[in-house]
Amino acid sequence: MRGIKDRVAIIGMGCTKFGERWDAGVPDLMVEAAYEAYADAGIDGKDIQAAWLGTVSSFRTGQPLADALKLDYIPITRVENACATATDAFRNACYAVAAGIYDIVLALGVEKLKDSGFSGLAIPEAAGSDVAPAVPPPSQFALAATRYFHHYDIPYEQGKLTLAQIASKNHHNGTMSPKAHFQREVSTDQVVNAPMVAWPLGLFDCCGVSDGAAAAIITTPEIARTFRDDYVLVKGLGLSVGAYGIMRNDWDFVHFPESVRAAQASYQEAGITNPREELDLAMVHDCFTITELIIYEDLGFSPRGRASEDVEAGTFTLEGELPVNTDGGLKCFGHPIGASGIRMIYEVYKQLQGKAGARQLKKAGLGLTHNLGGRPGSFTCSVAIFGARD
Amino acid sequence: MVGIAAFGGYVPRYRLGPETVGWNSPQERSIANFDEDSVSMAVAAGVDCLRGWDRRSVDGLIFATTTPPYAEKQCAAIIATALDLRRDIFAADITDVLRAGTTALKSALDSVAAGSARTVLVIASDNRAGAPRGDTERNLGDGAAAFLVSGDGVVAALEGSHSITENMLDSWRSAGDPFVRSWEDRFAAEEGLERVLSDAVSGFLRKQGLSPQDVTKVALYAPDGRRHGQLARKAGFTPEQVQDPLFGKMGNTGAAFPLMLLAAALEGAGPGQLLLAVSYGDGSDVLGFRTTEAISGLDPRMGVTGYLGSKRQISSYETYARWRDVWVTDAAARRPTPASPSVTALWRESDKNLRLYGATCNQCGYVQYPAQNVCVNCRARDDSSPLRFSDQPGTVFTYSLDYLAGTTDSPLVITVVDFQVGGRMLCMMTDRELDEVQIGMPVEMSFRKLRVVNGIHNYYWKAIPQRTTV
Repeated sequence: MRGIKDRVAIIGMGCTKFGERWDAGVPDLMVEAAYEAYADAGIDGKDIQAAWLGTVSSFRTGQPLADALKLDYIPITRVENACATATDAFRNACYAVAAGIYDIVLALGVEKLKDSGFSGLAIPEAAGSDVAPAVPPPSQFALAATRYFHHYDIPYEQGKLTLAQIASKNHHNGTMSPKAHFQREVSTDQVVNAPMVAWPLGLFDCCGVSDGAAAAIITTPEIARTFRDDYVLVKGLGLSVGAYGIMRNDWDFVHFPESVRAAQASYQEAGITNPREELDLAMVHDCFTITELIIYEDLGFSPRGRASEDVEAGTFTLEGELPVNTDGGLKCFGHPIGASGIRMIYEVYKQLQGKAGARQLKKAGLGLTHNLGGRPGSFTCSVAIFGARD
Repeated sequence: MVGIAAFGGYVPRYRLGPETVGWNSPQERSIANFDEDSVSMAVAAGVDCLRGWDRRSVDGLIFATTTPPYAEKQCAAIIATALDLRRDIFAADITDVLRAGTTALKSALDSVAAGSARTVLVIASDNRAGAPRGDTERNLGDGAAAFLVSGDGVVAALEGSHSITENMLDSWRSAGDPFVRSWEDRFAAEEGLERVLSDAVSGFLRKQGLSPQDVTKVALYAPDGRRHGQLARKAGFTPEQVQDPLFGKMGNTGAAFPLMLLAAALEGAGPGQLLLAVSYGDGSDVLGFRTTEAISGLDPRMGVTGYLGSKRQISSYETYARWRDVWVTDAAARRPTPASPSVTALWRESDKNLRLYGATCNQCGYVQYPAQNVCVNCRARDDSSPLRFSDQPGTVFTYSLDYLAGTTDSPLVITVVDFQVGGRMLCMMTDRELDEVQIGMPVEMSFRKLRVVNGIHNYYWKAIPQRTTV
């Protein structure tokens, strides 16, 4: 197996303002993201040889991308892999370039969630017998939070405070992220005392439900060199899909095996043995605060059961040992489902290029994105690693 | 010898009572939870009745109620499936009349006596509604009783029966009416209840060559406590002969009422006693049973008495009004309207959803719900044996309290349950008080109505805090 390391490069990226985009329809969002990426790469729509469109509920096919961008009869594939959709669209685009089929391709993720009229996620499920409990996403992860507190014998108040520190950190980062959905500080008191959504998770433990789009132009390192000096190399692409649901009694509910497996695959490709030391930043899937806490352990940033100590120590803040969710994460940047994975890559790309503005890290040579779809027991998890060119 | 081989009862967990704000009565009455109806309560009573029995030995099921969820579609078929009875059985619904319970019991006794079946399960269940804050609402209760009628091994043998049929509009409910209506109660009492029940009881005793003194206990229908005392006296019974009608504790449970009182009488009976069940509604049925020596050998069961003792008063009448859709709230408006369930999928998944079958892998022995084509442990393909989870006890592995799910009993308690036998299931919890929900709590499964969409009453099993103590 040759793996993906150093075989493809990103030469341009775009990302819309995330949020309640009452002003923009799905085509508007796609155009906004794609044209920023074109300009960043210095290409034109006619240079795109193939495209992958990631969306969970906005479209069923890739055709609307061609329609919005007026792409010229090129192959387009729509990708859907729950909340890990965008990273998987990106991954498939990378493989097509690595296989030598195309020179320049586009991966674009988009989601329009705020036309539903509902404040939470309102994605219709497929018809069936409809007897399985319709468990809203906050509860899916509240099940993990309840068990995590119990498993590690963490008093409720202490556990809530740890989660609040994660939310507060991401809100702080969001204030330096002009394109983020939310841009204000939130104190740990505010998080702890917010109304309950799915006990033990309150309103500020949950990420934003947003509209937005993000795009990446992918090519080979050889071609990338002809476009710009600061292209970004793909170092690893791991994807793991869970198969056992919650049917096994021996699963502890305090780790997500899909995250562990996807990270292992990606670390192996990238040649990473000590992620905490080797990585300079990570953008992880903080759909809920408890998810980010568990991810710290699943990705090997913290020992099992000890992530709370690292949160307390400030390990994952902008100034910390391993900054996580430097742009505010799903929590503040927002979560248009089919776009989020490429938004994460956008932040790593900008950090690696030294163009992240007020939140720019001093050292940013190797970054990770972690994109998690589905529900505990049945996740689709994508972990990708990116490096600045040597 | 034809008679009753086993019996069971069911009373919902919740009561309106003195501690219920806005109920304004010192009396308690039982109320079905928002996700219970005549069908779900019937399943619970059936489970109680069949404790210690092979469910596959039942040859028939007759369901009696005045509150069937469907106007067209058999309820007995739903109940038989949820109880995991065989497919080659006779099943019927007997509805629309308050004495449907005794009609069902008599029909079952007749079919066993005639030799067309060996064992027939009879379940009566009702949750009638009176208009808010009226006398009818105050006196009603919700509950169910079940009897296994058999030709041998009976704990109470049929002595005889007597029926009167007389057309009478003293209480009625037209198709589409939510609440029971009634005529002036003095007319109804004098020309209806008192005359008809006296004639029915005296007719039975005359037929059997018995006098009132020969009766040990009478399970007597009446609409309320005051009438009940009068009727018993008029029929010639002393207070000691009258089975406690449970007014002030449970209330008038309609078609199930005389059968629940008969079950309660059997729960306290020794051998050789004569018990009468007397129903009312467009006439009356009187059924007399003589208990046998086998009465003391029956497996323990919850029964009406056991379930009556397992109770909780709800805090406010408003809650009850929400449960009955009398008070329509905004809670469900947070989520999109659900689509109709697929009838095809309901049919295909009947074993999984209604019988609550999981499986044990024949290769590695791993227990799993739902059954899988490929074993979750050893990947053996299509090689497992069905395992019924509906009567398996479990414990809560983890849970959440969901304030967004838009259920009537917000927050919705979502649990992951580990069964003692093995297997794990994500399910909703109902009949719960928030302060009792915790990891490790013992739970059992209860058949409930999830929702009604497209006129389809969609039932499934939920976890409840353990109620069964036998």
